Order: sequence, then C-alpha cells, then structure tokens
Amino acid sequence: MALILVKRVGSALLILLGIAAITFLLLYWMPADPAVQIAGRSATAATIAGIRHQLGLDQPLILQFLRYLGHLAEGDLGRSYAQKSEVAALITSRLPATLLLMAAGILVEVVTGLALGVLAAVFRGGVLDRTVMGLAFIGVSAPQFVVALSLLYVFAANLGWFPMSGFGTVRHVVLPALTLGVLGAGWYARMVRSAMIDVLSQDYVRTARAKGLSGLRVVLRHALPNALLPIVAMIGIDIGQFMSGVVVVEAVFGWPGIGQLAWQAIQLVDVPVIMGVTLVSALAIVIGNLVADLVAPLIDPRIRAR
Amino acid sequence: MRVLKELARRPSALLGLVVIVAVVVMAVGAPHLAPYAPDEQMFDGLTLEGAPVPPDAKFWLGTDTLGRDLLSRLLFGARTTLIIGLVANGIAVAIGLGFGMVAGYVDGVIGNALMRVTDLMMAFPALLLAIVLATLLRPSLWIVALVIAVVNWVQVARIVYTETTGLVQRDFILAERSLGAGHLRIIALHIAPHLMPTAIVWGTLGIATTSLLEATLSFLGVGVQPPEPSWGNIIFESQTYFTAAPWLVFFPGAAILLTALSFNLVGDALRDILDPTQRGRM
Repeated sequence: MALILVKRVGSALLILLGIAAITFLLLYWMPADPAVQIAGRSATAATIAGIRHQLGLDQPLILQFLRYLGHLAEGDLGRSYAQKSEVAALITSRLPATLLLMAAGILVEVVTGLALGVLAAVFRGGVLDRTVMGLAFIGVSAPQFVVALSLLYVFAANLGWFPMSGFGTVRHVVLPALTLGVLGAGWYARMVRSAMIDVLSQDYVRTARAKGLSGLRVVLRHALPNALLPIVAMIGIDIGQFMSGVVVVEAVFGWPGIGQLAWQAIQLVDVPVIMGVTLVSALAIVIGNLVADLVAPLIDPRIRAR
Repeated sequence: MRVLKELARRPSALLGLVVIVAVVVMAVGAPHLAPYAPDEQMFDGLTLEGAPVPPDAKFWLGTDTLGRDLLSRLLFGARTTLIIGLVANGIAVAIGLGFGMVAGYVDGVIGNALMRVTDLMMAFPALLLAIVLATLLRPSLWIVALVIAVVNWVQVARIVYTETTGLVQRDFILAERSLGAGHLRIIALHIAPHLMPTAIVWGTLGIATTSLLEATLSFLGVGVQPPEPSWGNIIFESQTYFTAAPWLVFFPGAAILLTALSFNLVGDALRDILDPTQRGRM
C-alpha cells in the first residue's frame, strides 16, 4: 500500500513537471512578446529591451526554465506582468470563489445523477429510464455556454429569480452551479443506473428482500453503497472537465475565480499568471485522479485485498 | 451497406443520420439556399431604434445586431462546423492512430514512455490549453482546427494502444513475423485494418467533441473570427444583447446541440454495430 502510494505520488509529480515544461516552452516560443505588451505601443526599442532584461527574458531559455523551477520548488510562482503582485497571491485570492463554484457544481451533478440513476434502475425499462438515457446524450452534446445563457434568459432576465451575474450571496451561486453540474448529471445517472442494476440482481439483495425488508430500505441501505464506487472514481476524473467548465461559466456569469483570472491574463499575455493558473489546474486534476485511486480501496475492501 | 441498414433500424441513430445529412446539405448548398449574403448588412435589417429584427416573413430567423440575416449566417456557419469537425477530428484521429499503433507495437519501455505522454496530456486543462494556443497563435479557421486536434488526439491514442497490444500477441501477427514481414508491413497491412472500426467510431463521436470545442472557443472570441460566420461566434457577437434578442442565442445554440447530439447518437450506434465488446461504454 505504502509502495503504491509512493509510486502514484511520484508519477503525479513527474506529470506536473512535464506540464510545467510544456507550458513554459509554449509560452516562450509564442510570437506575442510580453515586453511589448507591458511597454505599450509607443515604446522605443530601448525601453522594450530594458523590460526584457529586467524580466530576465533575454537569458537563454533553459536558464529561465531552471530558475522558474527553482522558484516553483519554493512555492513562488513569480510576479504578474500586468498587475503588480505575486501570482501566488492572485491565485489564492481567486481560488475560494472557484472552489465554491466547483463544489456547488459537483453537488448538483452528483445529487441529481444519483437520484435519477437509482430511480432509472429501480423502474428499469420505464418512461423515466428512457428519459434518463436520453438526457445523458443531450448532456454530452449541449455546449455549456448555451445552457448558461438559456438559464440566464429564463431565470434571471425574465423571471428575475436570480441575479444576472456577480458574486456574494447564495442566489448568485445557483445558476452557475446548475450550468456546471446539470450537463454531467445525465452521465452520472447512466453510470449509477448500470451499477445499480448489477447490484440489484445479486443474491444478497434477494436475501434482504426475503428477510422482509421494505423495498426502499433494500435499495438505499443495501444496494446503493455498493453502486457508489464508480461515482467516486468518476468525480476524481471529472475534475478536468470541471476545470474547463469553470473557464466558460466564470466568463458568462462574471464569477471572480481563477478561470476569469486566466482569461484576463491570456488577453494581456501575462505569462506568469497563465503559467500559474495552468499549473494549479493541472495540480487539481492530478490530485483528483490520485484521490480517486486512493479512496477506492477504502470504500471497497475487495480492491484492498488485491 | 450492412452498417447503414443496421443504423436505419435504430430510431435514435436514424434521427441522427437525418440531421447530419441535413447539416451537410445546408453547408454544401449554402450559397443557393441562403436568402441573403451572410455578411450583407441590410438597411431594413435593423428596427428604427437600431435593434435586431425578430423572426418574421422576410427574415425567417430574424437578423443580428449588425442587421445581417441570421438564417443565411447559420447556413454558412454550418460550413465552418463541418470543416472544423472533419479537419480537426481527422487530424486528431490520424495522430491518435499513428501514436497508439506505434506505442502498442513496440510496447516495452519505449511504448510505456510514449503512453506517459498521453497521461501528461490528460492532466492538461484542455480548454485552457486550447485558449492559450488559439490566442497566442492568432486564431483563424485552420489554426483553430489544429489547436483542437492537438487537444483531442489523446483519447484515440489510448484506445488504439490498448487494442494494438492485444493484436500484437495474436497468432496471425506471429505468423507474419515468422514469414519475414517487416515492422512497417505488419503495422500497415495487418494491424491497421483491424483498427478501422475504432477509427470509424471515433471519427464520428469525435466530430461532436470537436464541434463543441470550436463553438466554445468561438464563443469566447478566440475561435473562428467574425465576420466569417460560425455558430459559436454568432452567439459571441450577440451575447451582450441576448436578453433583448434571444433568437440570436437560441437558433445557433439549437444548431450546435442538434449537430453534436446527432454525431454522438450515430457514433454510439456505430460502436454497438461494429464493436460489440465496447457496447454501453463511453
């Protein structure tokens, strides 16, 4: 177990190093010159050269990269070009908003997915079952921004139940969280459904029924826990999807999270901030996968035994 | 032919097929079908207050914020969607096939190292990577296609890898090898044909993913650039106005949804038909 843990963490670190290298190379090979962005249009060549020197952009690429890694090891992500502050500080100030949004989105996704999936499995072959399967397909085919704009149109612009954009109260969270969670819910439902169908046909469930337990109790207490495993794995893997979704949702709803930070940084070619957000997102994805791998044996003793 | 017949027997796949054919007809026939030129700003295309015209007898789907006919823009936008879908996904499937076959064929240390590259790509926040690439390379139709391909090839590569490692151990490959066939010959003539079902399935499913990504990039303003119409950038251009002119979001939005849904339905049905072992997985 300990050995597996070390191996997994090691490969996760390697992946992060690779991502740092690729992002770094991409950003420094690009035609857009951050020094020109900072200096502005009317700057002289000397000013630009001065800025390049000040930022260390005139040094060899490999030196720049090694220095970046050195700082990274100390938790230092560098300074933003556009805003005069530390990248790490910028990200930590934006991170809570994004984490809140993601948590709310995952909650919507998992709760809706579980409920629909269980119902579809119990009433297998019925109208609800077919609807759930159809919703799963629509969920993977609908663009997130169209869902976001449609929700805004109906619930904010016309019904006025929720604000159009912004951040602060519970009512601000509802529409962004729905956008983020509702599309994936169909797919969760599909997975829960097939896991539940497997479990419901097993002997121990029949025994529980034969003991005279109520149908509801059998489904919720005996069958459901065993059908949860694929969901745990799925949430971990889904973090990547969520990181992408966050960029779109934050753009549409004016949500002040790291997606918006990245978006603004990309427009300004603010390289350190782009690097920082990419690394933090990749870290979230890697951790998500790692946790999914490590939690699975805790939930399911059969995996531990292997 | 057998595949087409099987497809037609499934109601959902048939629906998808009909929509796909309709989109292709729209894209190919756009110059003949469109009532107006897609970038013509018509003098009666805006109301007296300068607002877009809602759908009426003259402009079936209404006009956009610049007084252009939405139907005509949607028809020409179908071209963008299909070009991106075919080119970007074609490149992605080609890279995925090549990469996966080589990694699966050599396997061992080198194959493993190659597969770690796909792990790396999987950990990249895909949309962020696409936005960074598209912005810094200055977006155009072909750049967008290329960026999407770079982000999307990984899944195909992983599936092809798994299938290839299975194929390599089979007796007929061993027989070929003992007959003296070279590596290239084995890969091209004996392994590749077995991967065609996979390529066809992912060639279809992937079009849904790529066209959604194109729409998203264009919606964020870093995809296909206006005035060249794309379903995503039509929404991008009218976003600030959408509460007053919701048709500018709903029609292109429905077009994107229906198209992606159709490719997903057909792709899923193709997988059932061509590869029964993968049934029900995604």
